[in-house]
Amino acid sequence: MAAVEVAGLTKVFRSRKESVRALDGLDLAIPEGTVLGLLGPNGSGKTTTVRILATLLDADEGSARVLGHNVAREPDIVRSLIGLSGQFSAVDENLTGRENLWMFGRLYGLPSAQARDRAAELLEVFDLSEAAERTTKDYSGGMKRRLDLAGALVAQPRVLFLDEPTTGLDPKSRIELWEVIRRRVREGVTLLLTTQYLEEADILADNIAVIDQGRVIAEGTADSLKASVGGERIEVVVHEADQVGVAASVLRRHCEDDVGIEERHRRLTVASSGGASVLVSIIRDLDAEGVGIDDIGLRRPTLDDVFLTLTGHAAERAEATDTRRGAA
Amino acid sequence: MTATTTPPQVRAETPGAKPSAVANGLVLVWRNLKRLPRQPDMVVYGTIQPIMFVVLFAYVFGGSISVGGSNDPRVYREFLMGGIFAETMAFAVASSSVGLADDMKKGLVDRFRSLPIARSAVITGRVVGDLVFNAFVLVVLMLCGLVVGWRIRSTVAEAALAVFILLLFTFAMLWVGALIGLSVKSAEVAASAGLIWLFPLTFISNAFVDPSYMPGWLQPVAEWNPISAVALSVRDLFGNPVGNRPDSFAGDHPVALTFIYLAAIIVLFSWLAVRKYQKAVTR
Repeated sequence: MAAVEVAGLTKVFRSRKESVRALDGLDLAIPEGTVLGLLGPNGSGKTTTVRILATLLDADEGSARVLGHNVAREPDIVRSLIGLSGQFSAVDENLTGRENLWMFGRLYGLPSAQARDRAAELLEVFDLSEAAERTTKDYSGGMKRRLDLAGALVAQPRVLFLDEPTTGLDPKSRIELWEVIRRRVREGVTLLLTTQYLEEADILADNIAVIDQGRVIAEGTADSLKASVGGERIEVVVHEADQVGVAASVLRRHCEDDVGIEERHRRLTVASSGGASVLVSIIRDLDAEGVGIDDIGLRRPTLDDVFLTLTGHAAERAEATDTRRGAA
Repeated sequence: MTATTTPPQVRAETPGAKPSAVANGLVLVWRNLKRLPRQPDMVVYGTIQPIMFVVLFAYVFGGSISVGGSNDPRVYREFLMGGIFAETMAFAVASSSVGLADDMKKGLVDRFRSLPIARSAVITGRVVGDLVFNAFVLVVLMLCGLVVGWRIRSTVAEAALAVFILLLFTFAMLWVGALIGLSVKSAEVAASAGLIWLFPLTFISNAFVDPSYMPGWLQPVAEWNPISAVALSVRDLFGNPVGNRPDSFAGDHPVALTFIYLAAIIVLFSWLAVRKYQKAVTR
C-alpha cells in the first residue's frame, strides 16, 4: 500500500470574476518511506495538492488517502499521522523556540514532560539549542524555517508534507535544511516535497512528478526523466546579444531538435547525439559566421531541460521573443 | 518492504487517546498569556487608552453634560464610569480580531488546523486569553474610577454581579472579534474596518451621555442598544446615578435584557466563528 494515494483529484477555485481549475485530475502514489518531489511552475497546483492532503482544503472531485485514511472522511486520523510545513514559517513570534515546540507537542497530544524532552531533542537536531530561549521574532529566516520544520516533526509523523521548504532562503541555509530533511528521510519518513528548485528535487527526491496546470505530465526518477528528454546537450553562450539569432540558425543546421534560447544570458541549448564531432563543426561554422563565443560545451541534461521540454512554457516563450526580436 | 528498515523511533500508531478540547484550549490560552509580558507596549497602550477616556470625559466634557437634570460634575463622573466600563469592554473586539487576523496571515491558523485538535480550541484559547487581559484592564479602570470619585454604593453581591456582567459582555464581544479576525485579510484591516462600527454603537448609547437629551428619533436606538443595557445594569448594580431611566422594559429590567442579549451574541457568534475557522483560507 502506498503511504499517499491521490486519484483524479480536482479542485476549482471560483470567484465572482473567474473560475480557476487548480487541480485537473491529479494522480499520485508515494510508496512508504520514499520521497516524492512535486515539481511545477507557480500556479501549477502544488500547494493546492498539499493543502488537500493536509486536510486544510476539500477537493471537488477525486480522492486522497494518507496511510489508507481518506482525508475528507477521516481528517482527525490523518492529522495525527502527518506533519506539515508550509511556505510560511508558521511559528509564534512571541514564544521562544523551545516554547513553540513544547506547544506543538502538547497539541499533538504528548504529555507535558514528553513534549519538553521532544522539544529539547529537536532543538539539538536542528542546531537551535543556543537560540532556544529567545523569542522567534529575533530569529533569522533560516532559523525560523528550521523551527517550523521541527514543529512538523514533533509527533514523529509517518508522512511529512513540505511545501517549498527552502523558498526565500539563502544558499547556505538551503543546503543545511536539505541535510536535515535527508536525515529524517533516512529514518523512514514518507515525504511529499513541493519545489520550484529542480536541484532540490534532484538532491532529495526518489521520484519526481512534474505537474502543470493541475495534472501530472511526467513521473519517474530524476535519471529516467533526464534520459527521456534525450542525450547530451550542446550549450553555447555568444558574445553579443544580436548574434543570438545567427547562432541559433547555425545550431539548427547541425541538430534536429528545437533550440532553447535564453536571450538574457545569450545562451542557446540544443539536444545533440553527435558528440564531440558535431561540437567541432558548430564551432567552425560559428567562427565562419563571425559569431563571438564566450562559452561552449557538451553537458548531460539537467532537470531544467526536463522541465522546459515537458512544460514547454519557458522554452516556447523564450523562442517566441527571439523570433519577434530577430524580425525587427 | 520498507517497514523492516524503519527504525523504532518512527511511531507506528497515534499517541494515546484524542486530547480533549479543554486540554488543547488551555495550551492555547497559555500561548496567548505568554505573549503579554513580551509585548509591554501593547499592555501599556491597552490600559492607557481607556484611562485617557476617563480623564477626558470626566474633566473636559463632564462639566457641561447634564445627567438626569443634574449639572453637578461629581454626579456625571460617577455616571460616566459604568459607561466607560461597557465601552472599553466592547472594544475588546480589537484584541481577538487583530490577534486572529495576525495568526491567519502568519500561517499559524493553517498549522493549527493541520493538528489533531478540537475545532474550537484555537478560537477558545484566543478568547479566554484575551478575557484574562481585559479583566486586568477592568481592574485598572476601576482603580482609575475610584481616583476620579466613582464609588461602589451597593452590596458585595450586587457589585460582583456587575463585574460578572462586564466579563460576560467582554467574552461575547471577543467572539464577535474572532469572527471579524477570521474574515478579514490582514491585522491592519481588523484594526480599522473591523472596529469602525463600534464608534456609533458605543456613542449612540447611554455610555457617555444621558440619552433623554438626544433627539427623539434617536432615543429608542440608544435605549435598546446592548451597550446601554450593559451600562445601565452596571450602574444599577454598583448603585451609581443612571440619568433619566427610560419607561420601557429596557429601562425597567436592564439586567434581564443584558443576559438575553449576551446569550444571543455568544451563541450566534461562537457558532459563526468556529464555522469560519474550519473553512479559513490563508491569503
